[in-house]
Amino acid sequence: MSDITSLTLTDLVKSIKDKKISSEETTKAFIDRGEKSRDLNAYITEDFSNALDKARAFDQKPNFDLKLPGIPMAVKDLFCTNGVKTTAGSKILNNFIPPYESTVTQNIWNEGAILLGKLNCDEFAMGSSNETSFFGSVQSPIDKDLVPGGSSGGSASALAANLTPITIGTDTGGSIRQPASFTGTVGLKPTYGSCSRYGIVAFASSLDQAGPMSKNVKDCALLQEIISTYDEKDSTSIDFKRNAYSKELTNNIKGKKIGIPKEYTVDGMPKEIEDLWTKGIEYAKDCGAEIVEISLPHTNYALPAYYIVAPAEASSNLARYDGVKYGFRSKGENLIDMYEKTRSEGFGEEVQRRIMIGTYVLSSGYYDAYYIKAQKVRKLIKNDFDEAYKKVDAILTPSTPSAAFKIGEKTNDPVSMYLNDIFTVPVNLAGLPAISIPAGVDAKGYPLGLQIIGKAFDEQNILNIAYAMEEKIEFKNKITDWWIK
Amino acid sequence: MTIDLKTIKHISKLSRISVDDEKAKKLAGDMNSIFDFIEKLKELDTNNVEPLTSVAETTLKLRVDEVKSGNIREQVLKNSPDENEDFFVVPRVVE
Repeated sequence: MSDITSLTLTDLVKSIKDKKISSEETTKAFIDRGEKSRDLNAYITEDFSNALDKARAFDQKPNFDLKLPGIPMAVKDLFCTNGVKTTAGSKILNNFIPPYESTVTQNIWNEGAILLGKLNCDEFAMGSSNETSFFGSVQSPIDKDLVPGGSSGGSASALAANLTPITIGTDTGGSIRQPASFTGTVGLKPTYGSCSRYGIVAFASSLDQAGPMSKNVKDCALLQEIISTYDEKDSTSIDFKRNAYSKELTNNIKGKKIGIPKEYTVDGMPKEIEDLWTKGIEYAKDCGAEIVEISLPHTNYALPAYYIVAPAEASSNLARYDGVKYGFRSKGENLIDMYEKTRSEGFGEEVQRRIMIGTYVLSSGYYDAYYIKAQKVRKLIKNDFDEAYKKVDAILTPSTPSAAFKIGEKTNDPVSMYLNDIFTVPVNLAGLPAISIPAGVDAKGYPLGLQIIGKAFDEQNILNIAYAMEEKIEFKNKITDWWIK
Repeated sequence: MTIDLKTIKHISKLSRISVDDEKAKKLAGDMNSIFDFIEKLKELDTNNVEPLTSVAETTLKLRVDEVKSGNIREQVLKNSPDENEDFFVVPRVVE
């Protein structure tokens, strides 16, 4: 049989259920590869020896009725894991051991999966390249010194490098879809309220969503089916009828109306992205979909509005890190001095910048001009989508305005870094589901993704479209294992 | 609009993040370029638009008011940078 670590989740589950391989063999294979791949810096915390114990325990008393029987899996270090250090990529949490488990990860363990460890990410998920992590930048397996994207960069790198068969990330402005696009993998940002936020380190609470990252669409549907549950511990969790996404997955999308928004383009966008989009439209037509031109007129205002709303919520959420109850503490002459030094030394540069922006736009005299203004613009952006969905079932766009870039290339220019998320941010502001699927490569051979945006709660539909298009695209990720000596 | 050093110092106080002069200068530069970008919103007339505070159109559910803490005081205190028996410890606040 082919190498265990290169199997899709679906094939791995089948192999374990058919007793062709054990959970222990599987877990060992991923641990071995993880140990050989430390140069990628994908892990913040390895939990390998516990993982092996759990795998052995599973093999002794296997339950093959579970959806993830004995499947090892690493997760983004933004999910609280009971008894396992959770840092959010920050110095201020570098010794934090949660006494509770996030709902999303609990759902995964309930189906028989086993934690391999915690994956690197931008500090508090603030970044588009995984370069803001206190634990260092992550290498993309696609090429040396290439960013994997962010903020779920460790997740994307680990998945593409076969260190985990599937993973989860979080997406506040594109943090699942952009790294998926950069690493030739699939990433789904579910509808706001679909997956519980309980136990996920908060960034911007009205935008944050957890979601699956996978090697193909079928795996993505399976994990979404597991993590999307109503949860009374999250007051914004929504109680709606969820589909059995993997069982109901179909490539029959005949007659589906797919909208093409003319505003999804930026100055200086490489022609490769334009070509990819055109190719995507052809693939959708080949699948029997009907293409409809649409307009989302406020698209260009989404990113500026996001850079008010997200930092405002972040400045409020991150007020809790004061060095008193948990995390890093700096010595101070008095209480206030201790707070100020703790936060100055404990937070990295990007996080401090965003707290300051957020504090400023919420401060007296600026609240109406910035924060309320941004919320009004957010309404206009949502209205754009509502109008469009009177005519179409889904929307097709590029996932990002460029392919992955080199480590260090954009760190000195925050605005150019922010522009990475120009096509993903509107979706978060409107609370919609969207999936990024790999669809081609640029001249250097770096992956490029297409984004399919759906109506709220219509994950099944965008998964189906992605599934049908994936068959036509036949994308194969080229990973050379350059980092393994 | 320009954010000057005085404003930066004021925001840093509100944010409880200590900022020295060098850091304040860098922050002012970064924030000004970010706010130049944000100013684009001023082009839009939003007088008759309702602000959107949440996309989740649900009413909050009520639940029974009961303690579900799980009696994990020790685990919670273990994360504290400085603890003393059953308390969190901070620098002296009363002289």
